[in-house]
Amino acid sequence: MGYFSDIYNGIKTLLTGMSVTGKYFINARKEIITQEFPNNRDTLKMFDRFRGEVVMPHDENNEHRCTGCQKCELACPNGSIEIIWDRVIDEETGKKIKAIDKHIYHLSMCTMCGLCIEACPTDAIKWSQNFSNSAYDRTVLTKVLNKPGSKIMPGVKDKE
Amino acid sequence: MNIPLSITKNIHDWLFEVMSAPVATVVEKVLIAVAFLGFFALAGLLLVYMERRIAAFFQLRLGPNRVGPQGIFQTIADALKLVSKELTGTVKADQFLYKLAPYFLIVASLMALSVLPFSKELHAFDINIGVFFLIAISSIGVIGILIGGWSSNNKYALIGAMRSGLQTVSYELSVGLSILTIVVLAGSLQISEIIEAQRNGWFIIQGHIPAVIAFMIFMIAGTAETNRAPFDLVEAESELGAGFHTEYSGMNFAYFFLAEFINMFIIAAIGTILFFGGYLSPFGITESIPLLGVFWFMIKVLGLVFLMMWFRWTFPRLRVDQLLTLEWKYLLPINLFNIVLMAIIVWLGLTINF
Repeated sequence: MGYFSDIYNGIKTLLTGMSVTGKYFINARKEIITQEFPNNRDTLKMFDRFRGEVVMPHDENNEHRCTGCQKCELACPNGSIEIIWDRVIDEETGKKIKAIDKHIYHLSMCTMCGLCIEACPTDAIKWSQNFSNSAYDRTVLTKVLNKPGSKIMPGVKDKE
Repeated sequence: MNIPLSITKNIHDWLFEVMSAPVATVVEKVLIAVAFLGFFALAGLLLVYMERRIAAFFQLRLGPNRVGPQGIFQTIADALKLVSKELTGTVKADQFLYKLAPYFLIVASLMALSVLPFSKELHAFDINIGVFFLIAISSIGVIGILIGGWSSNNKYALIGAMRSGLQTVSYELSVGLSILTIVVLAGSLQISEIIEAQRNGWFIIQGHIPAVIAFMIFMIAGTAETNRAPFDLVEAESELGAGFHTEYSGMNFAYFFLAEFINMFIIAAIGTILFFGGYLSPFGITESIPLLGVFWFMIKVLGLVFLMMWFRWTFPRLRVDQLLTLEWKYLLPINLFNIVLMAIIVWLGLTINF
């Protein structure tokens, strides 16, 4: 009787497979995953884990969280990050501490490996989800991440 | 109310009015040939477009939607591109056979198209052995594939062509026997008579159990005969490059491509004629307007074409041994049993008639 059960099972599994794909076909209108890119450039939102470029978030008082510890600069395997820093006097303790002057980021050299973001002890830099970063002029890709006139957020310190 | 709208008869009468009889006959034949060639090209392009859109929806994509409204002119643009391309070939190819092969396929497809009834009067060639003619013609197409693969002087092409020969020879049998099951029920080989016999209910209802089995076998074997997935061993992309048309480029390739889709149309049309009443409307709702038969015929054919595309995007490809096991160990014995069952049902008058 194996012969007939083979036929029965064959037809049954064929119909099972067809019902699966048939459901996909019927629901295709609702679930289409294709992005028609150049047309939806303004509304397209990339997913959270997308690695667009490295940015330094600033709050409303134009304050960032970068202490100038240079761990990101050391972590970067190809020298995409340069930090120009200085020593300033801390207002609370009166000691001299490091502070960044310019956090320079070369997007043209970056391989999006993310080691700098993992290395940062104060979460000063993170990924942005923007895309389509190509430019006609290479100098546009060298960015200064901290905004002009920005300060370090009070209370953010290097871990000793 | 009866609206005749006999277009073909009017054109026929008008031609014989303005010309002498021999000239008019030749002109009529040429007109029919041009009409079928035009249908061949247009239906092929439309089916390719349909396949791509349906494939896209099965895979949750959009498919071609840029050229024209909903991308309907995409395949025409593709065809224009292929026309403009150079016809390349291998140096050691058998040039004569190499150039001849695509035309075998086209001629076979066109000859099979000629016996299809699009409506009661749009029927170019209604011979009394219509079904037999269809079975015979549909096996000629494989000669084109064999010649194409052989003359290309390419191992992939040769293996693909040999697989195609093997597959067609095996599955021809199942197609023929499942058609014979319906011929037993209809009692005629003439296509117009087979369709008129379905006025009391389509054969898939009249013949109930054996007709449904015959329909399933016909669809499986028909898919195999057109060399489409899941039976596309002939051009298995992962194994053979492009199979028998590896060495073809430009329009010669496009002929193979179009012929494949037209063969799919033909298989679906045979299925429609034999099982779903051809151009007859369901329950005779538009019987007073015979020209609407074209509409019903195309609806049914496209339904079966969609079924074949559904197969393609559901089932994985078979191995050669699995292919032969399916045919010789399962389809053929079931088919032979099915014919006997159908004969008994017709003999005892157990058919369902409205």
